[in-house]
Amino acid sequence: MVAQDAHAHAGPQGFIRKYVFSLDHKVIGLQYYFLALAAVFVGMFLSLLMRIHMIWPTAILPLVGEIRPETYLQLLTMHGTIMVFFVLTTAPQSGFGNYFLPIQIGAPDMAFPVLNMLSFWTTFVAFVVMLAAFFAVGGAPLHGWTGYAPLSALTNSGPGEQLGADLWITSIAIFCIASLMGALNFITTVLDLRAKGMTMMRMPLTCWAWLITAILGLLAFGVLLSAGILLLLDRNLGTSFYVPLVVVNGQVMGHKGGSPLLWQHLFWFFGHPEVYIAILPGMGVASQLLSTFARKPIFGYKAMVYAIMAIGILGFVVWGHHMFMSGMSPYSAFAFSIMTMAIGVPSAIKTFNWLGTLYKAKIRFQTPMLYAIGFVSLFVSGGLSGPFLAQPVLDIPLHDTAFVVGHFHLIMGVAAIFGMFAGTYYWFPKMFGRMMNESLGRIHFVFTLIGTYCIFMPMHYLGMAGQPRRYSQFTEVAYLQHLMPLNRFITYAAFVTIAAQVIFVINLFWSMFKGPKASDNPWESTTLEWTTATPPPHDNFAGHTPVVYHGPYEYSVPGAAKDYVMQTDPAGVTAH
Amino acid sequence: MATLSPTIRVQQTDQGGGGTAPPIPGGGGDGGRGDGYPDHGQRLRRLRLALAIGLTSVTMIFISLTSAYIVRRGLPTFDDHTGTYIQDWIPVQLPLALLLINTALLAASSLTAELARRQIIRQAALAPVRSIPGVSLGRESGFPWLALTVVLGFGFLTGQWLAWRELADRGFYLATSASSSFVYLLTAVHGVHLIGGILVLLYAAVVSLLHRPVEGRRIVVDVTAWYWHFMFGLWLGIFALLWFVR
Repeated sequence: MVAQDAHAHAGPQGFIRKYVFSLDHKVIGLQYYFLALAAVFVGMFLSLLMRIHMIWPTAILPLVGEIRPETYLQLLTMHGTIMVFFVLTTAPQSGFGNYFLPIQIGAPDMAFPVLNMLSFWTTFVAFVVMLAAFFAVGGAPLHGWTGYAPLSALTNSGPGEQLGADLWITSIAIFCIASLMGALNFITTVLDLRAKGMTMMRMPLTCWAWLITAILGLLAFGVLLSAGILLLLDRNLGTSFYVPLVVVNGQVMGHKGGSPLLWQHLFWFFGHPEVYIAILPGMGVASQLLSTFARKPIFGYKAMVYAIMAIGILGFVVWGHHMFMSGMSPYSAFAFSIMTMAIGVPSAIKTFNWLGTLYKAKIRFQTPMLYAIGFVSLFVSGGLSGPFLAQPVLDIPLHDTAFVVGHFHLIMGVAAIFGMFAGTYYWFPKMFGRMMNESLGRIHFVFTLIGTYCIFMPMHYLGMAGQPRRYSQFTEVAYLQHLMPLNRFITYAAFVTIAAQVIFVINLFWSMFKGPKASDNPWESTTLEWTTATPPPHDNFAGHTPVVYHGPYEYSVPGAAKDYVMQTDPAGVTAH
Repeated sequence: MATLSPTIRVQQTDQGGGGTAPPIPGGGGDGGRGDGYPDHGQRLRRLRLALAIGLTSVTMIFISLTSAYIVRRGLPTFDDHTGTYIQDWIPVQLPLALLLINTALLAASSLTAELARRQIIRQAALAPVRSIPGVSLGRESGFPWLALTVVLGFGFLTGQWLAWRELADRGFYLATSASSSFVYLLTAVHGVHLIGGILVLLYAAVVSLLHRPVEGRRIVVDVTAWYWHFMFGLWLGIFALLWFVR
């Protein structure tokens, strides 16, 4: 016994090794989480400035002063980039995934702890380089988060397209490398470090989501990396991968023969899977929470797994639907359209299974569950406009309007954020050993759910009424005047929703130090993280290696002593 | 030891490749536990797995560059003199003889990497016997295959550098035409990956000089050798693309 315990290696004690350059996946997970938290506030602040500018275009704003059209594009670019890369990619996968994937499969750590630490610090460097673009001569780039060439490939195409754009591309390239290292670690960990008895089909759906997301990242980020290298070469070494013969401000540029469409193909080959990189972990969390708080097994576990796989595979063959406007053979557009609408099938399977899980359940409406249900709601609301945009004939009038902004914010932005909130409220007790305040959580949920609907639903109407996206100023445009009340409403809703996030921040940090102590399994969940101490010890299971006997969602099992059977419970009856 | 507690101690070897069969309820084991430091066999398997996964992303990088190459090659471009679309792809005059020599050097280095891999497997297998006092296995052939691989690798990179010089002498610079841009880009990205392999081999050589246990070195050499073979195959693909799809 003594010999056994001697194996349980203690964590490092020094501050630097314990909290800064830590090899512990839990600390790294929290580092990612707080990096994303910092990033989300930067991104949110930028969006607020944009919303203010849209209804009060002459207002002098804090930190940025007067907003000119190019300033607006810079805000738009940095908002999109920071949100997509440093929030939606970072928190759900790298944050929660790092913390809980090893524990949920019964591993003491990730497969390669040093690589894991490197992944985080590389991501951190990428974030610093990205923020540095704000302070470059000319400011941040204005080519949008999609960085379309030739705007992004020429250094004199606008303010911010000099050093700012180079920093932007460099940051993205560094981020790609960090994500590839992370994906490698995640996949190896799942395939090689599962505890005894943890078959693939006994893994929680969160782990499946993290695995498939890692595979998507592995295949997609390399392509974005090569696209970025070509862009840097075009900008700095005079090559013509993306730049055709162009004249800028009366000056003939030295490029010839490049194809802007090449950038779009490479970018969207990454960009579409990126949408699923953002949303799949949220789907995993929603599945886990719906089952836990409905006290029912997840409806159709295998179907859920296959649906995640199908979404992952289909996600790689639909990138062309972002390019219907860019000039494309109608035959290709038709093929991309059909494939895109096919994604509706696994998405619907997931939705119906979530509803099936809730059907006739004794639901515990606690804050994590509210957010999980909110996730499903937003996924449906945002997803339903997908099949519209998947059809070229409808996409062409809608593509450059606020309709698309409403669509992708609901499904990719807010739904994924709801996944993160759900994960935060659910796993907070395990991460910090204390409970979050339930009342504040509910108030935060109500404001955030209603607020985000108030912001993004009207955008669909704005788009159908013809309000273009990416333009900075609508107050002088005659045909949009009747839409201004709706625009003002959206901005006011944004004020309220952003203010409501203060409730979350207060709850997060207050509960971290003052919240009531949490038990090891406060939600009566079944998965492995709830079998270990709160917060988990350095090696997760304090010198033990768990053995798994059950699937992840055995709730309300007939004949069982309690209404849930832990995955590690050898005495529990098997439900299936 | 066989208790019905939620967590049961099992041997570390039970970890990994988990889930082949559900355990017997109430079972359990004794011995070591998973502390993140697996034995060498497991570590080798894990690193080989990681290598295969990592090479997948490397493959994606080259697939994207190759598809960009093929798309760009077939793309007509606007000619401002005639006001029409023309094909402006200029086939690069590759220094074939030099590239063939480079290919031979890399092929030879792949072979020596394989010999180094097999050599160190043998050494690792015999290490327990050799450690028995009074047991001698005679002189093992200690040919420095690893060092030779590094030398040949440097030879390949030097050859590639000379090929670049030759291209420049023929008037093909990075920004001369789309075709020459791709030649430089593909060879450079491949070269960077090869330099990574050389650095790892040098690390293995340094570790060897420090008389570290042979099992650890074996893992490094094994994984790097596979990586090296992959780099050779990748080069054949790039060379074939540049030559046959000019």
